[in-house]
Amino acid sequence: MIWNPNKECMSRDEMSALQGKRLHKIVEYVYHNVPFYRNKLQELDIRPDDIQTIEDIKKLPFTTKKDLRDNYPFGLQAAPQSQIIRIHASSGTTGNPTIVGYTRKDIGVWSECMARCLTAYGVTRDDIFSVAYGYGLFTGGLGAHYGVEHIGASCIPAGTGNTEKHLKLIRDLGITGLACTPSYALYLAETMDKLGIRKEDIKLRVGAFGAEPWTENMRQEIQERLGLKGYNIYGLSEVMGPSVSYECQMQHGSHICEDHFYPEIINPVTLEPLPAGQSGELVFTTLTKEGMPVLRYRTRDLCSLLPGTCDCGRTAVRMSRIEGRSDDMLIIRGINVFPSQVESVVLSMPEFAPRYMLVVDRVNNLDTLQVQVEIRQEFFTGVFDTPAAVDQLEKKLAAKLKSVLSIAAKVQLKAPGTIERSQGKSAHVIDKRKL
Amino acid sequence: MTIPQLSIFIENRSGTLITVLNVLKQAGIQIIASTIADTAEYGIYRLICSEPMRACEELKKAGVAVALSGVFALEIDDQPGRAADAVKTFSEAGISITYMYSFLLRGKGILVFRTDDNDHAAAVITSNQLKTIDESALTALV
Repeated sequence: MIWNPNKECMSRDEMSALQGKRLHKIVEYVYHNVPFYRNKLQELDIRPDDIQTIEDIKKLPFTTKKDLRDNYPFGLQAAPQSQIIRIHASSGTTGNPTIVGYTRKDIGVWSECMARCLTAYGVTRDDIFSVAYGYGLFTGGLGAHYGVEHIGASCIPAGTGNTEKHLKLIRDLGITGLACTPSYALYLAETMDKLGIRKEDIKLRVGAFGAEPWTENMRQEIQERLGLKGYNIYGLSEVMGPSVSYECQMQHGSHICEDHFYPEIINPVTLEPLPAGQSGELVFTTLTKEGMPVLRYRTRDLCSLLPGTCDCGRTAVRMSRIEGRSDDMLIIRGINVFPSQVESVVLSMPEFAPRYMLVVDRVNNLDTLQVQVEIRQEFFTGVFDTPAAVDQLEKKLAAKLKSVLSIAAKVQLKAPGTIERSQGKSAHVIDKRKL
Repeated sequence: MTIPQLSIFIENRSGTLITVLNVLKQAGIQIIASTIADTAEYGIYRLICSEPMRACEELKKAGVAVALSGVFALEIDDQPGRAADAVKTFSEAGISITYMYSFLLRGKGILVFRTDDNDHAAAVITSNQLKTIDESALTALV
Protein backbone atom coordinates (compact mmCIF):
# COMPACT_ATOMS: atom_id res chain seq x y z
CA MET A 1 0.00 0.00 0.00
CA ILE A 2 1.10 3.53 -0.77
CA TRP A 3 -0.20 6.49 1.25
CA ASN A 4 0.47 9.24 -1.31
CA PRO A 5 1.13 7.76 -4.79
CA ASN A 6 1.10 11.26 -6.33
CA LYS A 7 4.31 12.09 -4.51
CA GLU A 8 5.84 8.74 -3.67
CA CYS A 9 5.54 7.44 -7.26
CA MET A 10 6.12 10.71 -9.13
CA SER A 11 8.21 10.43 -12.30
CA ARG A 12 11.81 11.49 -11.78
CA ASP A 13 11.42 14.49 -14.08
CA GLU A 14 8.35 15.71 -12.26
CA MET A 15 10.08 15.23 -8.92
CA SER A 16 13.13 17.22 -10.05
CA ALA A 17 10.92 20.02 -11.31
CA LEU A 18 8.99 20.10 -8.02
CA GLN A 19 12.21 20.07 -6.01
CA GLY A 20 13.65 22.91 -8.09
CA LYS A 21 10.54 25.01 -7.60
CA ARG A 22 10.48 24.34 -3.87
CA LEU A 23 14.21 24.98 -3.52
CA HIS A 24 13.84 28.41 -5.06
CA LYS A 25 10.99 29.19 -2.67
CA ILE A 26 12.81 28.01 0.44
CA VAL A 27 15.97 29.97 -0.48
CA GLU A 28 13.87 33.07 -0.99
CA TYR A 29 12.11 32.38 2.33
CA VAL A 30 15.29 32.02 4.41
CA TYR A 31 16.93 34.93 2.60
CA HIS A 32 14.19 37.19 3.85
CA ASN A 33 13.61 35.63 7.25
CA VAL A 34 16.91 34.27 8.61
CA PRO A 35 19.76 36.80 8.90
CA PHE A 36 22.25 33.92 9.26
CA TYR A 37 21.36 32.61 5.79
CA ARG A 38 21.04 36.05 4.23
CA ASN A 39 24.58 36.87 5.36
CA LYS A 40 25.93 33.56 4.13
CA LEU A 41 24.26 33.94 0.73
CA GLN A 42 25.38 37.53 0.39
CA GLU A 43 28.95 36.52 1.19
CA LEU A 44 28.75 34.07 -1.71
CA ASP A 45 27.04 36.70 -3.84
CA ILE A 46 23.98 34.49 -4.32
CA ARG A 47 20.51 35.96 -4.73
CA PRO A 48 17.39 33.78 -4.43
CA ASP A 49 16.77 34.23 -8.17
CA ASP A 50 20.07 32.49 -8.89
CA ILE A 51 18.49 29.30 -7.59
CA GLN A 52 15.96 28.00 -10.08
CA THR A 53 16.53 24.27 -10.56
CA ILE A 54 17.47 21.55 -8.13
CA GLU A 55 20.94 21.37 -9.73
CA ASP A 56 21.54 24.91 -8.46
CA ILE A 57 21.66 23.48 -4.94
CA LYS A 58 25.42 22.98 -5.41
CA LYS A 59 25.84 26.75 -5.21
CA LEU A 60 24.38 26.91 -1.71
CA PRO A 61 26.40 26.95 1.50
CA PHE A 62 26.34 24.06 3.97
CA THR A 63 24.80 24.20 7.43
CA THR A 64 26.45 22.38 10.33
CA LYS A 65 25.55 21.42 13.86
CA LYS A 66 27.97 24.16 14.94
CA ASP A 67 25.88 26.73 13.08
CA LEU A 68 22.84 25.57 15.04
CA ARG A 69 24.79 25.82 18.28
CA ASP A 70 26.23 29.26 17.47
CA ASN A 71 22.73 30.53 16.79
CA TYR A 72 21.14 29.03 19.91
CA PRO A 73 18.28 29.11 20.65
CA PHE A 74 16.18 30.71 17.90
CA GLY A 75 18.75 32.18 15.49
CA LEU A 76 17.88 29.83 12.62
CA GLN A 77 14.14 30.01 13.15
CA ALA A 78 12.43 31.50 10.13
CA ALA A 79 8.82 31.68 11.29
CA PRO A 80 7.65 34.21 13.88
CA GLN A 81 7.22 32.71 17.36
CA SER A 82 3.44 33.14 17.09
CA GLN A 83 3.46 30.58 14.28
CA ILE A 84 5.50 27.99 16.20
CA ILE A 85 3.28 25.35 17.83
CA ARG A 86 5.91 22.86 19.00
CA ILE A 87 9.56 22.91 20.04
CA HIS A 88 11.79 19.86 20.26
CA ALA A 89 15.39 19.73 21.45
CA SER A 90 18.21 17.31 20.78
CA SER A 91 21.67 17.00 22.24
CA GLY A 92 24.18 19.60 21.26
CA THR A 93 27.86 18.79 21.12
CA THR A 94 28.45 20.87 24.23
CA GLY A 95 26.25 22.68 26.68
CA ASN A 96 23.34 23.95 24.65
CA PRO A 97 20.86 21.58 23.04
CA THR A 98 19.71 22.04 19.46
CA ILE A 99 16.30 23.74 19.42
CA VAL A 100 13.87 23.03 16.59
CA GLY A 101 10.57 24.86 16.26
CA TYR A 102 7.68 23.56 14.14
CA THR A 103 4.76 25.46 12.65
CA ARG A 104 1.33 23.85 12.31
CA LYS A 105 2.15 23.14 8.67
CA ASP A 106 5.45 21.49 9.68
CA ILE A 107 3.63 19.17 12.06
CA GLY A 108 1.22 18.37 9.23
CA VAL A 109 4.07 17.54 6.82
CA TRP A 110 5.72 15.42 9.51
CA SER A 111 2.48 13.50 10.12
CA GLU A 112 2.11 13.02 6.36
CA CYS A 113 5.65 11.61 6.03
CA MET A 114 5.05 9.38 9.03
CA ALA A 115 1.79 8.18 7.43
CA ARG A 116 3.68 7.31 4.22
CA CYS A 117 6.15 5.38 6.34
CA LEU A 118 3.59 3.40 8.34
CA THR A 119 1.56 2.65 5.22
CA ALA A 120 4.69 1.33 3.52
CA TYR A 121 5.05 -1.05 6.46
CA GLY A 122 1.48 -2.23 5.93
CA VAL A 123 -0.04 -0.45 8.93
CA THR A 124 -3.70 0.56 8.49
CA ARG A 125 -6.46 2.11 10.57
CA ASP A 126 -7.29 -1.40 11.78
CA ASP A 127 -4.02 -1.68 13.67
CA ILE A 128 -3.38 -1.04 17.34
CA PHE A 129 0.02 0.60 17.34
CA SER A 130 2.29 1.12 20.30
CA VAL A 131 4.87 3.91 20.28
CA ALA A 132 7.72 2.96 22.59
CA TYR A 133 10.09 5.74 21.67
CA GLY A 134 10.80 8.36 24.30
CA TYR A 135 8.10 11.04 24.45
CA GLY A 136 9.23 14.52 25.31
CA LEU A 137 11.98 16.69 23.85
CA PHE A 138 13.17 13.74 21.74
CA THR A 139 11.30 13.69 18.41
CA GLY A 140 10.81 9.90 18.32
CA GLY A 141 7.73 9.56 20.52
CA LEU A 142 5.52 12.44 19.39
CA GLY A 143 6.70 12.16 15.77
CA ALA A 144 5.57 8.55 15.45
CA HIS A 145 2.46 9.23 17.53
CA TYR A 146 1.09 11.87 15.16
CA GLY A 147 1.64 9.60 12.16
CA VAL A 148 -0.21 6.70 13.79
CA GLU A 149 -3.15 8.98 14.55
CA HIS A 150 -3.00 10.49 11.07
CA ILE A 151 -3.61 7.13 9.39
CA GLY A 152 -6.32 6.40 11.93
CA ALA A 153 -4.76 3.45 13.74
CA SER A 154 -5.24 3.23 17.51
CA CYS A 155 -2.18 4.76 19.11
CA ILE A 156 -0.77 3.50 22.41
CA PRO A 157 1.64 6.12 23.78
CA ALA A 158 3.69 3.54 25.68
CA GLY A 159 6.91 5.53 25.89
CA THR A 160 10.06 3.94 27.21
CA GLY A 161 10.51 1.84 30.33
CA ASN A 162 7.83 -0.05 32.22
CA THR A 163 8.53 -3.03 29.98
CA GLU A 164 6.47 -5.61 31.87
CA LYS A 165 3.34 -3.47 31.79
CA HIS A 166 3.94 -2.72 28.13
CA LEU A 167 4.18 -6.45 27.35
CA LYS A 168 0.95 -7.08 29.23
CA LEU A 169 -0.77 -4.49 27.03
CA ILE A 170 0.81 -5.94 23.89
CA ARG A 171 -0.66 -9.33 24.83
CA ASP A 172 -4.00 -8.30 26.33
CA LEU A 173 -4.92 -5.59 23.79
CA GLY A 174 -3.65 -7.56 20.83
CA ILE A 175 -1.29 -4.75 19.80
CA THR A 176 -0.20 -5.31 16.18
CA GLY A 177 2.35 -2.55 15.57
CA LEU A 178 5.35 -1.35 17.52
CA ALA A 179 7.77 1.56 17.14
CA CYS A 180 10.95 1.53 19.22
CA THR A 181 14.72 1.26 18.99
CA PRO A 182 15.90 -2.12 17.66
CA SER A 183 17.79 -2.78 20.87
CA TYR A 184 14.64 -2.15 22.89
CA ALA A 185 12.79 -4.62 20.64
CA LEU A 186 15.36 -7.25 21.58
CA TYR A 187 15.01 -6.28 25.22
CA LEU A 188 11.25 -6.81 24.90
CA ALA A 189 11.96 -10.28 23.51
CA GLU A 190 14.25 -11.03 26.46
CA THR A 191 11.61 -9.87 28.91
CA MET A 192 9.00 -12.01 27.15
CA ASP A 193 11.22 -15.05 27.67
CA LYS A 194 11.62 -14.15 31.33
CA LEU A 195 7.87 -13.76 31.84
CA GLY A 196 7.07 -16.90 29.87
CA ILE A 197 5.20 -15.01 27.13
CA ARG A 198 5.55 -16.79 23.78
CA LYS A 199 5.38 -15.07 20.43
CA GLU A 200 2.23 -17.12 19.76
CA ASP A 201 0.61 -15.26 22.68
CA ILE A 202 0.97 -11.85 21.01
CA LYS A 203 -0.25 -10.36 17.75
CA LEU A 204 2.62 -8.05 16.80
CA ARG A 205 3.12 -8.06 13.03
CA VAL A 206 4.87 -4.77 12.17
CA GLY A 207 7.82 -3.05 13.80
CA ALA A 208 9.17 0.44 13.02
CA PHE A 209 12.74 0.40 14.27
CA GLY A 210 15.19 3.25 14.20
CA ALA A 211 16.97 6.03 16.12
CA GLU A 212 20.12 3.90 16.32
CA PRO A 213 22.22 1.83 13.92
CA TRP A 214 21.25 -1.81 13.54
CA THR A 215 22.15 -4.70 11.30
CA GLU A 216 20.49 -7.29 9.10
CA ASN A 217 21.33 -9.93 11.73
CA MET A 218 19.52 -7.92 14.39
CA ARG A 219 16.54 -7.64 12.05
CA GLN A 220 16.42 -11.42 11.59
CA GLU A 221 16.62 -11.98 15.33
CA ILE A 222 13.92 -9.42 16.17
CA GLN A 223 11.62 -10.77 13.47
CA GLU A 224 12.12 -14.33 14.64
CA ARG A 225 11.66 -13.64 18.35
CA LEU A 226 8.74 -11.18 18.17
CA GLY A 227 7.04 -12.79 15.17
CA LEU A 228 6.79 -9.56 13.20
CA LYS A 229 8.29 -7.90 10.15
CA GLY A 230 10.74 -5.18 11.14
CA TYR A 231 11.39 -2.08 9.06
CA ASN A 232 13.96 0.66 9.28
CA ILE A 233 12.88 4.22 9.94
CA TYR A 234 15.29 7.14 9.73
CA GLY A 235 15.14 10.75 10.73
CA LEU A 236 16.78 13.54 12.67
CA SER A 237 15.32 16.43 14.54
CA GLU A 238 17.42 19.07 12.76
CA VAL A 239 15.61 18.11 9.55
CA MET A 240 12.27 16.98 10.97
CA GLY A 241 12.28 13.82 13.09
CA PRO A 242 11.51 10.16 12.32
CA SER A 243 10.17 9.41 8.80
CA VAL A 244 12.64 11.46 6.78
CA SER A 245 13.08 8.06 5.15
CA TYR A 246 11.52 4.63 5.59
CA GLU A 247 11.77 1.13 4.21
CA CYS A 248 9.08 -0.50 2.12
CA GLN A 249 8.02 -4.15 1.90
CA MET A 250 11.24 -4.88 -0.02
CA GLN A 251 13.26 -4.11 3.14
CA HIS A 252 16.04 -2.91 0.89
CA GLY A 253 16.96 0.72 1.43
CA SER A 254 14.84 3.51 2.89
CA HIS A 255 12.76 5.74 0.59
CA ILE A 256 13.36 9.41 1.29
CA CYS A 257 10.41 11.82 1.39
CA GLU A 258 12.36 13.80 -1.17
CA ASP A 259 9.58 16.19 -2.05
CA HIS A 260 10.20 17.58 1.46
CA PHE A 261 13.82 16.66 2.21
CA TYR A 262 16.33 16.83 -0.63
CA PRO A 263 19.24 14.43 -0.08
CA GLU A 264 22.81 14.74 -1.28
CA ILE A 265 25.85 12.60 -0.56
CA ILE A 266 29.11 14.51 -0.25
CA ASN A 267 32.71 13.71 0.40
CA PRO A 268 33.01 14.83 4.05
CA VAL A 269 36.54 16.13 3.46
CA THR A 270 36.31 17.93 0.12
CA LEU A 271 32.55 18.61 0.46
CA GLU A 272 32.14 17.66 -3.21
CA PRO A 273 28.83 15.95 -4.12
CA LEU A 274 29.22 12.24 -4.90
CA PRO A 275 27.28 10.25 -7.51
CA ALA A 276 24.58 7.72 -6.61
CA GLY A 277 25.94 4.49 -5.23
CA GLN A 278 28.97 6.06 -3.59
CA SER A 279 29.22 6.27 0.18
CA GLY A 280 29.70 9.62 1.83
CA GLU A 281 28.07 12.06 4.22
CA LEU A 282 24.34 12.52 3.94
CA VAL A 283 23.19 16.13 3.53
CA PHE A 284 19.59 17.34 3.65
CA THR A 285 17.87 20.50 2.48
CA THR A 286 14.36 20.98 3.80
CA LEU A 287 12.22 22.03 0.84
CA THR A 288 8.99 22.93 2.60
CA LYS A 289 9.81 23.58 6.24
CA GLU A 290 8.58 26.82 7.80
CA GLY A 291 9.74 26.71 11.43
CA MET A 292 13.43 26.03 11.03
CA PRO A 293 14.40 25.32 7.42
CA VAL A 294 17.96 24.16 6.81
CA LEU A 295 20.01 24.44 3.62
CA ARG A 296 22.40 21.55 2.96
CA TYR A 297 22.49 20.39 6.57
CA ARG A 298 25.42 18.03 7.14
CA THR A 299 23.95 15.08 9.07
CA ARG A 300 27.37 13.49 9.68
CA ASP A 301 25.70 10.17 8.91
CA LEU A 302 27.61 8.12 6.35
CA CYS A 303 25.59 6.18 3.76
CA SER A 304 24.90 6.03 0.03
CA LEU A 305 21.90 6.70 -2.21
CA LEU A 306 20.89 3.50 -3.99
CA PRO A 307 20.80 3.65 -7.77
CA GLY A 308 17.97 2.00 -9.70
CA THR A 309 14.26 1.65 -9.06
CA CYS A 310 12.47 -0.23 -6.31
CA ASP A 311 10.08 -3.11 -6.98
CA CYS A 312 7.51 -1.61 -4.59
CA GLY A 313 6.48 0.98 -7.19
CA ARG A 314 7.80 4.01 -5.33
CA THR A 315 10.14 6.20 -7.33
CA ALA A 316 11.40 8.11 -4.30
CA VAL A 317 15.15 7.61 -3.96
CA ARG A 318 16.40 5.13 -1.36
CA MET A 319 19.27 5.50 1.08
CA SER A 320 21.35 2.62 2.38
CA ARG A 321 21.69 1.75 6.04
CA ILE A 322 23.80 4.22 8.00
CA GLU A 323 27.34 2.91 7.80
CA GLY A 324 28.89 5.19 10.38
CA ARG A 325 29.47 8.79 11.35
CA SER A 326 31.87 11.42 10.08
CA ASP A 327 32.08 12.82 13.61
CA ASP A 328 32.38 11.19 17.02
CA MET A 329 28.69 11.15 17.96
CA LEU A 330 27.49 7.99 19.69
CA ILE A 331 23.94 6.73 19.78
CA ILE A 332 23.23 5.19 23.15
CA ARG A 333 19.75 3.83 23.82
CA GLY A 334 18.58 5.93 20.89
CA ILE A 335 19.97 9.14 22.37
CA ASN A 336 22.72 11.12 20.66
CA VAL A 337 25.77 11.47 22.87
CA PHE A 338 28.85 13.50 22.05
CA PRO A 339 32.08 12.87 23.96
CA SER A 340 32.46 16.65 24.11
CA GLN A 341 29.35 16.79 26.34
CA VAL A 342 31.07 14.50 28.83
CA GLU A 343 34.19 16.62 28.53
CA SER A 344 32.32 19.81 29.41
CA VAL A 345 30.97 18.16 32.58
CA VAL A 346 34.33 16.72 33.62
CA LEU A 347 36.04 20.07 33.08
CA SER A 348 33.44 21.77 35.26
CA MET A 349 34.50 19.69 38.28
CA PRO A 350 37.97 20.51 39.63
CA GLU A 351 38.00 17.21 41.54
CA PHE A 352 38.76 15.40 38.31
CA ALA A 353 41.65 15.57 35.87
CA PRO A 354 40.67 16.80 32.38
CA ARG A 355 40.84 13.27 31.05
CA TYR A 356 38.00 10.86 30.50
CA MET A 357 36.96 7.74 28.68
CA LEU A 358 33.51 6.63 27.57
CA VAL A 359 33.00 2.87 27.62
CA VAL A 360 29.87 1.84 25.74
CA ASP A 361 28.60 -1.71 25.86
CA ARG A 362 25.41 -3.65 25.28
CA VAL A 363 24.29 -5.88 28.14
CA ASN A 364 21.12 -7.96 27.65
CA ASN A 365 20.36 -5.84 24.59
CA LEU A 366 20.43 -2.60 26.54
CA ASP A 367 23.18 -0.09 25.92
CA THR A 368 25.29 0.85 28.89
CA LEU A 369 27.51 3.88 29.27
CA GLN A 370 30.36 4.06 31.70
CA VAL A 371 32.36 7.23 32.14
CA GLN A 372 35.83 6.80 33.53
CA VAL A 373 37.45 9.82 35.12
CA GLU A 374 40.67 10.34 37.01
CA ILE A 375 40.55 11.64 40.51
CA ARG A 376 42.90 14.63 40.76
CA GLN A 377 45.70 14.23 43.28
CA GLU A 378 45.32 17.72 44.77
CA PHE A 379 41.65 17.10 45.46
CA PHE A 380 42.10 13.75 47.12
CA THR A 381 42.10 15.02 50.70
CA GLY A 382 41.74 13.45 54.11
CA VAL A 383 37.95 13.43 53.86
CA PHE A 384 38.23 10.62 51.32
CA ASP A 385 39.21 8.01 53.88
CA THR A 386 35.93 6.12 53.40
CA PRO A 387 34.26 4.71 50.27
CA ALA A 388 31.12 6.64 51.25
CA ALA A 389 32.94 9.95 50.68
CA VAL A 390 34.29 8.78 47.34
CA ASP A 391 30.84 7.51 46.32
CA GLN A 392 29.42 10.99 46.96
CA LEU A 393 31.89 12.41 44.48
CA GLU A 394 30.85 9.75 41.95
CA LYS A 395 27.18 10.53 42.50
CA LYS A 396 27.75 14.26 42.01
CA LEU A 397 29.37 13.60 38.65
CA ALA A 398 26.73 11.02 37.66
CA ALA A 399 23.93 13.51 38.39
CA LYS A 400 25.59 16.22 36.27
CA LEU A 401 26.14 13.76 33.42
CA LYS A 402 22.52 12.64 33.56
CA SER A 403 21.24 16.17 33.25
CA VAL A 404 23.52 16.99 30.33
CA LEU A 405 23.29 13.70 28.42
CA SER A 406 19.65 12.79 29.20
CA ILE A 407 20.76 9.23 29.87
CA ALA A 408 22.26 7.66 32.95
CA ALA A 409 25.97 6.96 32.97
CA LYS A 410 27.87 4.86 35.44
CA VAL A 411 30.89 6.68 36.79
CA GLN A 412 34.11 4.82 37.38
CA LEU A 413 36.83 6.64 39.27
CA LYS A 414 40.37 5.92 38.21
CA ALA A 415 43.64 6.63 39.94
CA PRO A 416 45.64 9.67 38.72
CA GLY A 417 47.51 9.15 35.48
CA THR A 418 45.78 5.91 34.53
CA ILE A 419 43.68 7.18 31.62
CA GLU A 420 45.74 7.56 28.49
CA ARG A 421 46.08 11.09 27.20
CA SER A 422 43.95 11.25 24.10
CA GLN A 423 45.60 11.38 20.72
CA GLY A 424 42.44 12.12 18.78
CA LYS A 425 38.69 12.27 19.03
CA SER A 426 38.09 8.52 18.96
CA ALA A 427 40.59 8.01 21.76
CA HIS A 428 37.87 9.09 24.21
CA VAL A 429 35.59 6.19 23.38
CA ILE A 430 35.68 2.43 23.72
CA ASP A 431 32.61 1.00 22.02
CA LYS A 432 32.31 -2.68 22.85
CA ARG A 433 28.91 -3.13 21.20
CA LYS A 434 29.04 -5.75 18.52
CA LEU A 435 26.55 -4.89 15.83
CA MET B 1 45.51 13.01 70.55
CA THR B 2 45.40 11.61 67.02
CA ILE B 3 47.97 9.93 64.82
CA PRO B 4 48.36 10.49 61.08
CA GLN B 5 46.81 7.92 58.79
CA LEU B 6 47.41 7.65 55.07
CA SER B 7 44.33 7.09 52.89
CA ILE B 8 45.22 5.84 49.44
CA PHE B 9 42.86 5.44 46.47
CA ILE B 10 43.56 2.11 44.81
CA GLU B 11 41.72 0.76 41.78
CA ASN B 12 40.70 -2.89 41.77
CA ARG B 13 43.23 -3.96 39.20
CA SER B 14 46.14 -6.25 39.57
CA GLY B 15 49.39 -4.36 40.08
CA THR B 16 47.97 -1.30 41.82
CA LEU B 17 48.70 -2.39 45.40
CA ILE B 18 52.24 -3.48 44.63
CA THR B 19 52.96 -0.10 43.03
CA VAL B 20 52.08 1.64 46.30
CA LEU B 21 53.97 -0.86 48.44
CA ASN B 22 57.07 -0.56 46.26
CA VAL B 23 57.15 3.19 46.76
CA LEU B 24 57.06 2.67 50.53
CA LYS B 25 59.68 -0.05 50.35
CA GLN B 26 62.08 2.10 48.35
CA ALA B 27 61.58 4.96 50.79
CA GLY B 28 62.32 2.65 53.70
CA ILE B 29 58.93 3.26 55.32
CA GLN B 30 57.74 0.69 57.82
CA ILE B 31 54.08 -0.26 57.76
CA ILE B 32 52.69 -0.65 61.26
CA ALA B 33 49.05 -1.36 60.53
CA SER B 34 46.83 -1.29 57.47
CA THR B 35 43.36 -2.12 56.24
CA ILE B 36 41.54 -1.82 52.93
CA ALA B 37 37.95 -0.62 52.69
CA ASP B 38 36.99 -2.28 49.45
CA THR B 39 34.16 -1.67 46.98
CA ALA B 40 33.47 -3.42 43.70
CA GLU B 41 35.66 -1.00 41.76
CA TYR B 42 38.23 0.48 44.08
CA GLY B 43 39.56 0.37 47.59
CA ILE B 44 40.64 2.93 50.16
CA TYR B 45 43.88 1.62 51.60
CA ARG B 46 44.37 2.99 55.12
CA LEU B 47 47.81 2.85 56.54
CA ILE B 48 49.64 3.65 59.76
CA CYS B 49 53.36 3.84 59.13
CA SER B 50 56.66 4.96 60.61
CA GLU B 51 57.09 8.31 58.83
CA PRO B 52 53.66 9.33 57.55
CA MET B 53 54.62 12.80 56.24
CA ARG B 54 57.52 11.49 54.21
CA ALA B 55 55.49 8.48 53.08
CA CYS B 56 52.76 10.82 51.84
CA GLU B 57 55.25 12.98 49.95
CA GLU B 58 56.89 9.99 48.31
CA LEU B 59 53.53 8.56 47.23
CA LYS B 60 52.44 11.92 45.83
CA LYS B 61 55.67 12.13 43.85
CA ALA B 62 54.79 8.74 42.40
CA GLY B 63 51.41 10.13 41.26
CA VAL B 64 49.31 8.25 43.81
CA ALA B 65 46.04 9.75 45.14
CA VAL B 66 46.91 9.88 48.82
CA ALA B 67 45.89 12.03 51.77
CA LEU B 68 46.70 12.35 55.46
CA SER B 69 44.10 12.55 58.15
CA GLY B 70 44.12 12.27 61.94
CA VAL B 71 42.68 9.15 63.56
CA PHE B 72 42.38 8.20 67.19
CA ALA B 73 44.72 5.48 68.45
CA LEU B 74 43.57 4.15 71.80
CA GLU B 75 45.90 2.00 73.84
CA ILE B 76 44.16 -0.88 75.60
CA ASP B 77 45.28 -3.97 77.50
CA ASP B 78 45.78 -7.01 75.32
CA GLN B 79 43.02 -8.92 77.06
CA PRO B 80 39.53 -10.20 76.13
CA GLY B 81 36.79 -7.59 76.49
CA ARG B 82 38.93 -4.43 76.48
CA ALA B 83 37.87 -3.41 72.95
CA ALA B 84 34.22 -3.77 73.94
CA ASP B 85 34.79 -1.60 77.02
CA ALA B 86 36.43 1.10 74.93
CA VAL B 87 33.78 1.21 72.23
CA LYS B 88 31.01 1.16 74.86
CA THR B 89 32.31 4.47 76.24
CA PHE B 90 31.79 6.14 72.86
CA SER B 91 28.53 4.39 72.20
CA GLU B 92 27.11 5.61 75.48
CA ALA B 93 28.17 9.14 74.56
CA GLY B 94 26.16 8.82 71.34
CA ILE B 95 29.24 8.75 69.11
CA SER B 96 29.32 6.41 66.09
CA ILE B 97 32.52 4.73 65.00
CA THR B 98 32.97 5.23 61.24
CA TYR B 99 35.66 2.60 60.90
CA MET B 100 38.10 0.80 63.17
CA TYR B 101 41.06 -1.53 62.99
CA SER B 102 43.72 -2.60 65.44
CA PHE B 103 47.32 -3.66 65.91
CA LEU B 104 49.68 -4.68 68.68
CA LEU B 105 52.39 -2.32 69.92
CA ARG B 106 54.84 -3.41 72.62
CA GLY B 107 52.38 -5.87 74.09
CA LYS B 108 49.48 -3.42 74.13
CA GLY B 109 46.47 -3.38 71.87
CA ILE B 110 45.99 -0.25 69.78
CA LEU B 111 42.50 0.57 68.45
CA VAL B 112 42.62 2.90 65.46
CA PHE B 113 39.32 4.57 64.62
CA ARG B 114 37.49 7.56 63.28
CA THR B 115 34.12 8.77 64.52
CA ASP B 116 31.28 10.84 63.16
CA ASP B 117 32.10 13.56 65.72
CA ASN B 118 35.80 13.77 66.43
CA ASP B 119 35.58 16.82 68.74
CA HIS B 120 33.07 15.07 70.93
CA ALA B 121 35.18 11.89 70.84
CA ALA B 122 38.26 13.83 71.96
CA ALA B 123 36.29 15.23 74.91
CA VAL B 124 35.13 11.73 75.84
CA ILE B 125 38.72 10.44 75.72
CA THR B 126 39.87 13.24 77.99
CA SER B 127 37.05 12.99 80.51
CA ASN B 128 37.36 9.19 80.75
CA GLN B 129 41.15 9.43 80.95
CA LEU B 130 41.51 6.94 78.14
CA LYS B 131 45.06 6.43 76.96
CA THR B 132 46.01 7.35 73.41
CA ILE B 133 49.32 7.11 71.63
CA ASP B 134 50.81 9.86 69.50
CA GLU B 135 53.01 9.98 66.45
CA SER B 136 56.24 9.74 68.44
CA ALA B 137 55.28 6.22 69.51
CA LEU B 138 55.28 5.23 65.84
CA THR B 139 58.56 6.91 64.93
CA ALA B 140 60.19 5.33 67.99
CA LEU B 141 59.65 1.95 66.40
CA VAL B 142 62.08 2.61 63.61
